[in-house]
This record gives sequence, C-alpha cells and structure tokens, in this order.
Amino acid sequence: MDRVLSDLPDTRTPVPARGRRIALVDLLDRLLAGGVVITGDVTISIADVDLVRVSLRAIIASIRPEMERVVAAERSDEPIEGVVTWEDPPP
Amino acid sequence: MDETAIYVYGIARDVPAEAVAGVRGVAGAPVATLDAEGLTAVVSRVSLAEFGEDALRRNLEHLDWLEATARAHHAVVDAVAEHGVIVPLGLATVYRNEDRARGALRERHDEFTRALGRITGRTEWGVKMYADLAEAASREAAPAPADARPGTAYLRRRSAQRHDEEETRREILTLAGHVDDELCAIAATRRLHRPQDPQLSGERGWMILNAAYLVDDERAEDFRTAVARLAGTRPELRLQLTGPWAPYSFAAEEEAWTEY
Repeated sequence: MDRVLSDLPDTRTPVPARGRRIALVDLLDRLLAGGVVITGDVTISIADVDLVRVSLRAIIASIRPEMERVVAAERSDEPIEGVVTWEDPPP
Repeated sequence: MDETAIYVYGIARDVPAEAVAGVRGVAGAPVATLDAEGLTAVVSRVSLAEFGEDALRRNLEHLDWLEATARAHHAVVDAVAEHGVIVPLGLATVYRNEDRARGALRERHDEFTRALGRITGRTEWGVKMYADLAEAASREAAPAPADARPGTAYLRRRSAQRHDEEETRREILTLAGHVDDELCAIAATRRLHRPQDPQLSGERGWMILNAAYLVDDERAEDFRTAVARLAGTRPELRLQLTGPWAPYSFAAEEEAWTEY
C-alpha cells in the first residue's frame, strides 16, 4: 500500500495558504481541548452539555477526557451536574 | 436584534485594524476589537437567543451547528494570526457586554501576556501517525513447517500470529517514538492530543500519535522537511502533517493541559 501523505503541504511553497478546508476532527481537537478556557458570563463547559446525539457525545468524549464522566454517568442513570457559571446575577 | 452578548475569539497583541476589517465571525457577525491594558480581545456581537446558556446547550447538540461555529471561530483566529499574534480561546466564550470582556483582559492580563510570550514567533503544526497493523503483521508472518499435523500447525500459526502482532506493535511504537523524538528536537515544545475517534476521522488504521508541535517560525521549513523525510524512511508508519495552525494547543498554561 502506498504511504499516504494527504495533508503534507507542497514543500515548494514555503508556507501553505491559510484557510484551506481542514478536517473537522482536527479542528475540534483544538477548539474543544485547546484554547484558553476562561469562564465568560455565559460559558458552558462543553463537557457538561447534555448532548442528545450519542455520536456527538462519543466524539467529544474522545477529545475531552472529562466528558467520559458524563457518558459514564448517563449509562448509570446518575444525574449530571452542569457547570454553567454566571459570575454575577443574570440580567 | 434581540438581546446580545460579546463572543470572544482570542486575545491578541499589536493587531492592525485591517486584520479584522471585513472578517465575519460566528453567525456571520462582523468582527471587532476591544482594547484594555495593552491587550486586544477579538470579538463579535452574538444573539443570546443563539449563544445564551440554554441556547448553547441546545445548539451544541447539533453537529451541523457545532461545525459551522467551530469553522467560523477558526476563520477569525486564522485571519488575525496572519497579521499578528493571537492566543485563541476555547469555543463559545461569551460575555454579557464589552465592559465584562474588557474586565477579563484586566483580570487575566498576566496569564494572557505569558501565553502571548510563549507563542510569539512560533506556529503550531499537527502530526498524526498511523499504522496498519494487520497488514504489517501479515507481511511478517512466517509459514508453518510442512510436516506438522493440521491442529498443531494451526495452533502454532495462531500463536506465531499473536506473537508477530505484539512484536509488530512494539516495533512500531519504538519507531513512532524515534519520529517524535526527532520532531521534538526541532520543535520548541510538544503537546499530545488524544487519538481521534475513527467514526469522526474516517481513518481505519491504528492511530499511534496525535501530536501538536510548537515550532519557531525560522525552523518551520526544517520541521516540514523532517516530517516528509521521516514519512519516506518509515514505511510502517503513515504520517500526516497539518498546519500551520494558530497555537490552539499551546494557549493554555502547561498545568492546565490534560496530557493524553
């Protein structure tokens, strides 16, 4: 089988153009597990969102370790605690 | 428009106005900047009907919404990264108004300044490493001796197969370790993501490594050349390079990073 180097940029161009179509999975790795996580006024901890779609839940569980707790809790019918933070009373 | 809030994409420094001119963010809103204490928050106005607490919970359940929002967030971060340095924030960080967002810049000034220092002049590159185990094992499987009885031959074959598979797995891991070592020698630092779910990546091979490397810009070419070279000399491994990325994987402090 041939080796696959699908994402390997053309080495003739020193810097590949930004804004290429990128794989959602690579983006979610970075946007869900990376980035600075700060508590905004309406920040939901994505790990604690009551996701209806099992597939999406599994996907996020594969990215965010703490999501495993949510999935495990659901399997055992335990209540899931949300981490929605309002720093001061909502308007 | 109904009640609104401020969505923050990232914290930047020295961002010229044209960096965000004409850029559209989540839900198609125009992107603006907010300054405080020498830092710049890259923001846009969002509707609480879409980004409020309950709405977010609902919307995040939908893969289409998640994808559209993630891509819009990324497009803004990318546009700014082209002109300056930006510490990306995680998805869906929302403040009630401009003052609250500026307040966050003041409160977390030192943390953001450290992060900006960490990533200035550097770019993130992703390297994913795969192996197709079954194929590798079958290449190495030894034929059973011709004189053995069928049952014995079968068991011997099975045992050899299992041995080969374990052996192959070990060898591949060792190779992968060498590849990672060589890339770490070029990179300023490296962080690991979890291996991706095959359901989402569509990749059937064994994902050995899902790594992000923060590389000094003057070494970017060395890094890419090294990946291409390593991919060529290690037929057991498939390497995929992604990037350049804004430094998502290096935005958080080391201790806040969950190492896989």
